[in-house]
This record gives sequence, structure tokens and C-alpha cells, in this order.
Amino acid sequence: MIEIQGIRKSFGKLAVLKGFDLSLTPGTITAVLGPNGSGKTTMIKSILGLVLPDAGSILFDGKSIKNQWDYRRQIGYLPQIARFPENLKVRELISLIEDVRGMKGNTDELISLFNLNDSLNKKLRQLSGGTRQKVNLTLTFMFDCPVYILDEPTSGLDPIALIRTKELILARKQQGKSFLITTHIMNLVEEIANELVFLLEGKVYFRGTHQELMATQEEETLERAIAKILEKENG
Amino acid sequence: MDKILKYSFSDLIRSRWSIIYFLFYFITGMVLLYMSNDVSRAIVSLMNITFILTPLIGTIFGVMNFYNSREFIELLLAQPVPRYKIFLGLFLGISLSLSISLLIGIALPFVIYGVFGSAHLMNLFILLITGIFLTFIFTGIAFFIALIHENRLKGFGLAILIWLFMAFIYDGIFLMSLLLLQDYPTEKFAIAFSLFNPIDLGRILLILKLDISVLMGYTGAVFNKFFGGGTGMAISLMALSVWAVLPMWLIVRKGNKKDF
Repeated sequence: MIEIQGIRKSFGKLAVLKGFDLSLTPGTITAVLGPNGSGKTTMIKSILGLVLPDAGSILFDGKSIKNQWDYRRQIGYLPQIARFPENLKVRELISLIEDVRGMKGNTDELISLFNLNDSLNKKLRQLSGGTRQKVNLTLTFMFDCPVYILDEPTSGLDPIALIRTKELILARKQQGKSFLITTHIMNLVEEIANELVFLLEGKVYFRGTHQELMATQEEETLERAIAKILEKENG
Repeated sequence: MDKILKYSFSDLIRSRWSIIYFLFYFITGMVLLYMSNDVSRAIVSLMNITFILTPLIGTIFGVMNFYNSREFIELLLAQPVPRYKIFLGLFLGISLSLSISLLIGIALPFVIYGVFGSAHLMNLFILLITGIFLTFIFTGIAFFIALIHENRLKGFGLAILIWLFMAFIYDGIFLMSLLLLQDYPTEKFAIAFSLFNPIDLGRILLILKLDISVLMGYTGAVFNKFFGGGTGMAISLMALSVWAVLPMWLIVRKGNKKDF
């Protein structure tokens, strides 16, 4: 599983990750929360090897990921912005990712789940934002991975697709998969996350369940609890 | 790499711009051939257009394609593939699709006109080869510049500046220095100077093949002796290859260290 040890990262003068440890509990859905610029995306990208940390290390199944790429076979990643080559058809994009991974994806189920049948032969530039996100989700979930990392999974989805995405995540969790999800939608966190990591200014400020977080802040909702933390920190 | 190359190529070759680029060369070639009725003259005219336009198109496409594929690159980087395969695959995808447009666009009019069996086949061949070299070189430089500059405007500006320098300013400096040094023997210097600009190099190669180097006076004779011979030809091709490989090496080196 994923273990982060003393990770630090600065972009120029701006220190984004300021050295923290975090190990993810297998078989759970961990939500990563934090205000804009708290280091959520940088942390996720460090795990994927897109961002190279200045110090510290990240272990995947006990091995350092530095200069490695094969461990990514174990990770399904949903990027935040779904922009793909414009002239490729959805079908071709799916086979591209299959080719790159060197295995067939389990696409049929996802295509019917997200109602993508009519879009398969369309070029990606012809698709709406929501449909593109569905394609994005299909690309992420078509492989059977022990770990899924989702960056804002629900953005642009209609209510039906939203419900189906949640069900999909929960079903995979039942199969023992681990999730790392960033989102600004507290509803989603309360509904599906087992654990919550709250990042603030490049460090882990809180880790626990959302009930615990609400209890520490003596607030009734997660949204208010988080707002209270931020107010305290800023004031 | 081959997989990413395959998809990047098939994405780009179907883009409207590839077809416009092809049509431009095709129509220009047809017009030049049938208006002048002179293959040699058509090749010179096409050379003048190609050696300015090809680097420019390579530059624009290299920069734009990189910036437009940013999110797609991130998606690919999260897959189990080493980084160099992604960058080389994307770079070769653009370079190849531009080269195919150029190759067919220029060659087709000559094939229709009937160049096979004529003495000009070799000249056409050199025009195509240098055109393809220039496509790879300038797309590579542009791709590399886009890789090191997050700021699109800066990246675009710098890439265009390099094209401008190579296509026009370099020649100006070249001529100025020849003029200033006219009391000295400058032939060796001139040959060395031209090796450092792929556009000049291509131009010289082709002009010498077209036997119009007589127009260039004594320098032309010296150039002809150097570039016309086997060694000179080999050195020029080597210089062009170095020019083509250098950006790729830089792309891989920078790509391995970059944060996305």
C-alpha cells in the first residue's frame, strides 16, 4: 500500500508540501480535503510520479517509487481535467489506454453504466464536459487495480451519473480496493469516505473520521467544521 | 513509444491543419510546375517557400501541440510507461504527420507532371529530405521550448524568435561578417558558419545540386568543392542529423526531471 515519509516539495520559493508522513489504510476510502493551495494535488501527483519530491520518499507496497513506473499498473488515476486528443474517437482513446497498459479493459459494463454507447464513435471534441468526464471515469475504472486515485471525480456529472459513480466506488471498495479521493463536495465525503485527511499549508492537520473531525470542532456538519478550522487558522 | 506515436500520429493526420498544409504544398507545386513548365525552376521556387515555411509550421505545431496535450500528457504519465516513451512518442507523432503532409504535398505534383526518369529526380529527393529534416529539427526545438516554459506566451514567443533568427537574422549576420572580413580568406569560416544553421545547410545542399552555384562566384566554387564532394555531403548530412537528434535528447533529459 502507499506510504508517504517526510515528503517535501517546493515550486520556486513556494513550499507546497512541508514534510509529513501518511500511510493509507488498505481497503478504505480516504478523502483528502483542504483549501485551495494546501497541497492536495501535489501530494496525489507525487504518488503518481508526475511531481518529483525534493525530499522524503513514497513507498508503494514497501518499495520506493523513485524512478519506477511499473507500480502505476496498480493504480487507476482519474485526472481532474478531462481533455483528450480532439480528433480521436472515444473508442480509439479507450484502445490507446488499453494498448499503453498492455491489457484489455473491462469496458462493456462501464459503457452501459454511463450510457456511452452512442458516443463511442464520436470524436472527443464533439463531447460535452459531462460526457467527457464519463469517458474519463471509464478509462479509470476499466482496469482492475488495487488502488484508485480520483481527483474531483464528480465534476460535471448529472445526478444519474453521480449516483452511479458513487455506487461504482462503493462496489469496488467492497471488493477490497483502496481509494484516495480529493473533492470539495462535503456531501460526497460524508456519504462514502471512511477516513479523512485534512491538509493545511502543506502538512497533515487532521486525520480520522468525519464524525471525529466534527466532534473536535463541535460542529454539526462537516462543512462548518472545516470552515471553523480555516477561520481559526486565518484569524 | 510506438503505441503513443501511433495514436498521436493518427490524431494529427486527421486534423484539418494537416490537410490544409498538404493542400498548400500540393497547389503551390502544381501551379509552379504548370506555370513555369520548368522542373528545375519549380524546385528552386519550392525550396524558397519550403525552407522558410517548414520550420515555421514545425515551430507553431510543436509549441501548440505540446500546450494542448498538457492534460493528456498527465494522463499518460500516470500510466505504467517510462517518461521518455511518452515524450518521444508525442514528438515523433507530430513530426511524422507534418512530414507526411510535406512529402505527399510536394511529391505528388511532380509525379503527376512526370519527374520519374528525368535528371531532376535527385534534386526533388534532396528537397524532400531536407524539408523532412527541417520539420523534425524545428518541431523538436519548439517541443523542447514548450517543455521548459510553463507560460504559453513566453514559450510561443521564444520559439518564433528562434525560427526568425534561423530563417532571416542568421543570414544577415553571416553576410555582415563576410563583408567585414572581406580582406581575409573566409571560405572555411563560411562553411563552418553554415553548418550551424540547418536552414542554410539545406539551402546550400540543394543549390549546389541544382548547379546554380556558378552564380555564387568564388565562394560558390569553394562551397561546391566542399559540399559537392562525398566528404562534404556526409558532413552536412551528419550535421543535419545532429541537429535532429539534439532536441530529442534535450526533450528526454528535461522530460525526466519535470514536474507536471
